[in-house]
Amino acid sequence: MAGIALGVAAWGLITGVTMVKSGLGVPLSLLMSLLVYAGSAQLAVLPLLTGGAPIWVAWATAICVNLRFVIFSAQWRPYLAGFPRGQRARMAYFTADLNYVVFMHRFPKPEPSPEQVPYFWGGTVTNWFSWQIPSIAGILLGDAIPTSWGMGFAGTVALIGLMCSLLVDRPSFVAATVAGCAAVAAYALPLKLNIVVAIASAVAIGMVIDHTSARGPASAQDKT
Amino acid sequence: MSTGWNVVAILGLAVITLVTRGFFVLPEREIPLPAWLRQGLRYAPLAALTAVVAPEVVMSGGHLIATWKDARLFAAAAGAGWFFWQRSILGTILAGTAVMMLLRLGLGW
Repeated sequence: MAGIALGVAAWGLITGVTMVKSGLGVPLSLLMSLLVYAGSAQLAVLPLLTGGAPIWVAWATAICVNLRFVIFSAQWRPYLAGFPRGQRARMAYFTADLNYVVFMHRFPKPEPSPEQVPYFWGGTVTNWFSWQIPSIAGILLGDAIPTSWGMGFAGTVALIGLMCSLLVDRPSFVAATVAGCAAVAAYALPLKLNIVVAIASAVAIGMVIDHTSARGPASAQDKT
Repeated sequence: MSTGWNVVAILGLAVITLVTRGFFVLPEREIPLPAWLRQGLRYAPLAALTAVVAPEVVMSGGHLIATWKDARLFAAAAGAGWFFWQRSILGTILAGTAVMMLLRLGLGW
């Protein structure tokens, strides 16, 4: 987790710089970084906010970009279901991409246990600080860091790492290829609906593979 | 949008973060999903990540890139290659970002 934090930090820094350079202004950029805490959604809605798009367009776009969290949350549920709702809400809010992958890797069995709680907060607090400190630094320093260095790509590379960690068998490679092609082909759709199209196509292909292959969906059980 | 509307937009976005991350965690009772859908959804996290990543790598300005001289392609390949070699996400991020900055600053791609 400590190592991963470096990548998160680079991504946070660039998101901070991008926010303030887009013309959002320092106070609003700080508010957005501290409250929204979802890098790819923030980057996706920035041009909409500064370009004067209707508010619901920005929200719908963020929902589509965050759709992966909805799916992750189904897998978080068995671990968190035992806590009272207030605590569940507090925990769920902090479950970023990297926390999901690291936690599921450490606790593959979907059942709660006491040592998960310190592990959970250790990971999420580390992720929060390694995102917020560079993000705020980026907002305040703004023009000192040229975007032409391409450091903003660190966020995409981090997601590529997560993606690769989920490529475990042949059907998952096929599903990922289908999702990638669909997302690019449907890119012109408004509201980032290409992400919805990609998920639907990949799930459909995955189900077809599971039903036609002799092996059957036996390996499906470990993830759900 | 005025500053006031932007504040409303940002507050709404914060709520969206909470609701999407807690979608299946927040309800008291488990939301029933049919078995076939539950099974199919095992591909969904991967699909969602790929759908966010793929356009970031191969598109610019809403179009497929027409040249192979794009630093992003090599950075993405370096990152993925590193992951399958070493299985480390940190290494993936460092390898991808290093290739990105070398090509950008060194060759101007």
